Amino acid sequence: MSMYYAGILADVGILLLGALSVYIILSTGQLSLGNAGFMAIGAYLASWLTVKAGLPLTPSLIIAALVSGVIGVIVGFPALRLKGIYLAMATLGFGEMVRSFFLNFSAMGGPEGFHGMQHVSTGYIWIWAILVLGLVVLLETSQIWLEIRAVRDDETAAGLVGLNATEIKVGAFGCGAAVAAIAGGLFAHHHVYIEPGNFSFERSIDFVLAVILGGSTVAPGALAGAVILVILPEYLRFLADWRFAAFGALLIGMLVVRRQGLLDRALLRFALPRSSA
Amino acid sequence: MSAIVETPCLKLDRVSKLFGGVHALTDLSLEVAPRQIVGVIGPNGAGKTTTFNVITGAYRASSGTVMLDGHAVTDEPPHRIARAGIMRTFQNIRLFADMTVWEHLLVAQPHTGSGLQRLLPMRLSNPQAIDRAREVLEFFELGDVRDRLARSLPYGLQRKVEMARAVTARPKLLLLDEPVAGMNHDEAETIRTLMLKLREDGLSILLIEHDMAFVMNLCDYLYVLDFGVLIAQGRPDEIRVNPAVLDAYLGQAD
Repeated sequence: MSMYYAGILADVGILLLGALSVYIILSTGQLSLGNAGFMAIGAYLASWLTVKAGLPLTPSLIIAALVSGVIGVIVGFPALRLKGIYLAMATLGFGEMVRSFFLNFSAMGGPEGFHGMQHVSTGYIWIWAILVLGLVVLLETSQIWLEIRAVRDDETAAGLVGLNATEIKVGAFGCGAAVAAIAGGLFAHHHVYIEPGNFSFERSIDFVLAVILGGSTVAPGALAGAVILVILPEYLRFLADWRFAAFGALLIGMLVVRRQGLLDRALLRFALPRSSA
Repeated sequence: MSAIVETPCLKLDRVSKLFGGVHALTDLSLEVAPRQIVGVIGPNGAGKTTTFNVITGAYRASSGTVMLDGHAVTDEPPHRIARAGIMRTFQNIRLFADMTVWEHLLVAQPHTGSGLQRLLPMRLSNPQAIDRAREVLEFFELGDVRDRLARSLPYGLQRKVEMARAVTARPKLLLLDEPVAGMNHDEAETIRTLMLKLREDGLSILLIEHDMAFVMNLCDYLYVLDFGVLIAQGRPDEIRVNPAVLDAYLGQAD
């Protein structure tokens, strides 16, 4: 595999994890535009653990995920009192807050960034990506996923059948934050150099775009979206400077024609008959 | 009238609800004995649905207490009240989008085990929920539409699914908000039979209904509200001839 394709494949894997982090939160009906913030927390914390504390990468990623998950829960509690567009704005604010924190945090390089990480292979990234995707797919057969769908659809009715909507929403927010942190840790160890600019608002938007393009109602949609989002601009290179405009047009076209994204439950049922119980 | 010796399943003690300065409910006291079917009637805006919302915790009572089986549930959040054993249906049906009938019966059975158990596939984590859902499916004769999206079903069946969802978790008290609204005679009769069967199984039922014939034929006891105030209570035959009721409600309807 050439370096070029390996690089693209690694980008897809990291974006898949980022997209899944948005997907988990979106499944409860909450739109997060700040997951790059959790990604930054994961990237910086995992890098510090491997470079400064000398820990191997895998436990570092797990610790980073746990810490970010706890931060997600803490942020989630007040934030989830907000709904819809207001929540989206609040998460956007959180993401920018984290980014500017690392910009000013000179212990981790501040604006100069941080380096010294060991490079990880594309294969290692994909082990994580497939593991997390598999977990989410498995989770979709569980009771909690039914509860998540109920909360997304009608929070009031969900409460009145005995579901604790707050617990479910905050829990999902924490899980999303943990997954974003894994994406961040892998990103840092793939690029072996990070700076606050890596975790800007555009990164958060990429995650959301991947979910919306690939399919926001099924977990494999995140995979489809990540592939499209990384590969398509490469294929549109012949358009030179116009390629991002063309990409934008395709995106709008997609939303007009197929609002739920490329994959949905009906399509998966058609493709893999009798797999869902 | 025979005195109720048992602890009432539901007891409202002087419950009031104010919205700003408006008295939606004033000092409402009512009781539902175990295995009783009790009706709340009254003209539009009388406070019937408000009563339901206060009981289920959707609204917080401005004063007064709500007791379930002798325990106050007044200031509990809705999901706790539901788990304590009060389930309801809605006047305008509220089923979950993109969920089959079967999934409605599973989701309405909150887990009792640890949080982590909920992360496992349902077959492993909660097999008794699946058994219970089968039982309810059979009871409500919904087997044929098990895997249909609940919202795609005809209106009468949607009402049934909503009732089934409310019953699955084995509540002590079922609140039905106009269970036969918009139904034809045969459909209403099916619901009536189901309610009587549920009562035999030990459930207490409190219902709001506009169909007077339906209420009179079914309920053991009735409460009549007007402008948030209780104006009469009694057995259906007593209510039928109560002058205050005739004036406020039946008279108006004629």
